[in-house]
Amino acid sequence: MSYLAPGSSSGDRKPPPVIALRNITRTYKMGDSEVHALAGVSLVIERGEFVAIMGASGSGKSTMMNIIGCLDVPSSGRYWLDGVDVRGLDETRLARVRNRKIGFVFQSFNLIPRTSALANIELPMLYAGVHAKERRARALAALDLVGLSSRAGHMPSEMSGGQQQRVAVARALVTNPALILADEPTGNLDTHASDEVMNVFESLNRAGRTVVLITHEPDIAERTKRTVRLRDGLIISDENTTRGPRRAEMGAAR
Amino acid sequence: MTILLYMTTALRGLSANKLRSALTVLGMLIGVGAVILLVAVGNGSSIAVQSKIKALGTNTITITNRGRFGRGPATTGTQTQAATITAADVKAMSDPNQAPDILSVSPVLSASVTASYQDASTTVTVTATSPTYLPAEDYTVEAGRSITSSDVASSAQVAVIGQTLLSNLYPAGANPIGTDIFMTEGKNEAQFQVVGVLASKGSTSGVDPNNIAIIPYTTAEGLLTGYTNNFKQIIVEAKNSTDVNAAEAEASDILASANQTTVANLPFFVINEQSLLSTSASTTSTFTVLLGAVAAISLLVGGIGIMNIMLVTVTERTREIGIRKAIGAPRGAILGQFLTEAVLLSLFGGLAGVAVGLIGSRFKIVGVKPVATPTSVVEAFVVAVAVGVFFGFYPANRAASLRPVDALRYE
Ligand SMILES: Nc1ncnc2c1ncn2[C@@H]1O[C@H](COP(=O)(O)OP(=O)(O)OP(=O)(O)O)[C@@H](O)[C@H]1O
Ligand SMILES: [Mg+2]
Repeated sequence: MSYLAPGSSSGDRKPPPVIALRNITRTYKMGDSEVHALAGVSLVIERGEFVAIMGASGSGKSTMMNIIGCLDVPSSGRYWLDGVDVRGLDETRLARVRNRKIGFVFQSFNLIPRTSALANIELPMLYAGVHAKERRARALAALDLVGLSSRAGHMPSEMSGGQQQRVAVARALVTNPALILADEPTGNLDTHASDEVMNVFESLNRAGRTVVLITHEPDIAERTKRTVRLRDGLIISDENTTRGPRRAEMGAAR
Repeated sequence: MTILLYMTTALRGLSANKLRSALTVLGMLIGVGAVILLVAVGNGSSIAVQSKIKALGTNTITITNRGRFGRGPATTGTQTQAATITAADVKAMSDPNQAPDILSVSPVLSASVTASYQDASTTVTVTATSPTYLPAEDYTVEAGRSITSSDVASSAQVAVIGQTLLSNLYPAGANPIGTDIFMTEGKNEAQFQVVGVLASKGSTSGVDPNNIAIIPYTTAEGLLTGYTNNFKQIIVEAKNSTDVNAAEAEASDILASANQTTVANLPFFVINEQSLLSTSASTTSTFTVLLGAVAAISLLVGGIGIMNIMLVTVTERTREIGIRKAIGAPRGAILGQFLTEAVLLSLFGGLAGVAVGLIGSRFKIVGVKPVATPTSVVEAFVVAVAVGVFFGFYPANRAASLRPVDALRYE
């Protein structure tokens, strides 16, 4: 069981953590100088957690999120996703991991242009090889979950920002991923639209999904159960924002 | 993803930029249309040339005696004796036992003489020959009659005249049949009665085939100098077009044994009309290939147009590619999507080009009726699609190779 992440190998039958980062660094070479976007981050996130990542601009939040989402690879360190070391995965497997295990929500919505809301939500299932009938049914269900059943045929350009973002959330959750990642999902939205999107995330988390989101807004972070703060590519604080004792795993990840 | 889904996605991508897609399709259309049309033109002109040559009579072999100094096929230097073609050789070739593939043999003596009728006189080519010369050379008698074997046997002083000679000697509308014309060559002079008029005949060389008077070869003795029962030329007609080469071999064998030499050493110049035909066929096919090559270049340019536009598309849609990869599109799906777009462009261009090429080849182009062949149509179409795959692959592969983070960050 050497592939198992630290913090889960204590011998009990507990499933492995969804995310286990150990000493992750990410260095960008800019000519002669190097930018250490991540300078050694270790973090464990268990199944069903609802985590906010905060930090000043340039502190490495997106860099970390991209590595967690298998969009980028770390310069050093190890990352276990759902107990599997992603370092050993080739391009095809990484694509499959992104498709099956991760749902991504971006600050700029990132819906495919000139493609209806429904078709956008169907897209990940298309790549997963789900049959047309089932695809349609699940996409409609996901659209219903984010409260946009009436907008199925709308193009992204025909929807408000909040609606687009909820379609993006529906697209992220439609494959039943273990993990939903959101990089400043409310960054481009007003308070009302933000509230609607956060309601969706909260209900997803209540249904047992692991949700990790980046935010600059303290009131958004307050609605999560755990807040991780970054500064200069390092974790400077990691606290439970719900009442109750801190998790034992956090110590292991430190 | 199924092919159908690739198609609908690709169509949506193409319709996002209708004008651009249409122009790229136009480039392919011109390429494919040009290939089909120009090959059809080449093909049409080749068919025209061949039918012209066929009209001259393809079953004939012309054997010309070049004398002992002739540079015939034998350059071995063993010719010590002049070779001759005699009446006995002509008789031997006419014998179906000795030469089963030969239909007729026409000895030919030609000379330029002055012909006169009443006050008019002109220069004309007089051809002394046998009656078989006319069909062998595709001459037909328009009025009166041809020369006959009894004319030959009795050395009758009769002549069949061509249209040019007719108009040079006779006033318009006059009936020449039964009139007498005089022909002089040097000090020799002879009188001939016109018995027939030839129909006008087309020419491939610069010589006018209608400025002619045909007389029995037995009457040439008194008129033409150098007539020593040594024919300058004979025309051998094969029984049918498949026997032309056999007939040539038989005639050559008879001449070789009569002259006590080998076929290779005969100082005769043999023109086989069929080999002329195949020479012209190869010339025109070279012409067709050349035209096709020029058109293929425009097909290539069309392909480069596709590549160019696909590179632009991939760059424009880098972000979309990033999104697709982030939600789990495998490399193959991205490759397939953009390759399908490129192939659709070339497919539309190919189909439209086939239509334009086929419509265009219904019209006469620079005097040639184009003849489109199914092979050139199919080939042009297949090549067009292949061009789409070839030139679409690089941009599509570039899209598929993008790293998701980089693609997503692209502005
Ligand atoms: N592609 C890149 N090339 C070079 N440097 C980069 C690149 N991407 C990020 N960086 C650098 O890495 C550091 C962390 O960037 P990151 O995008 O993770 O910040 P962030 O915390 O998400 O900031 P923000 O809140 O503004 O989104 C920054 O200093 C940034 O300049
Ligand atoms: Mg960021």
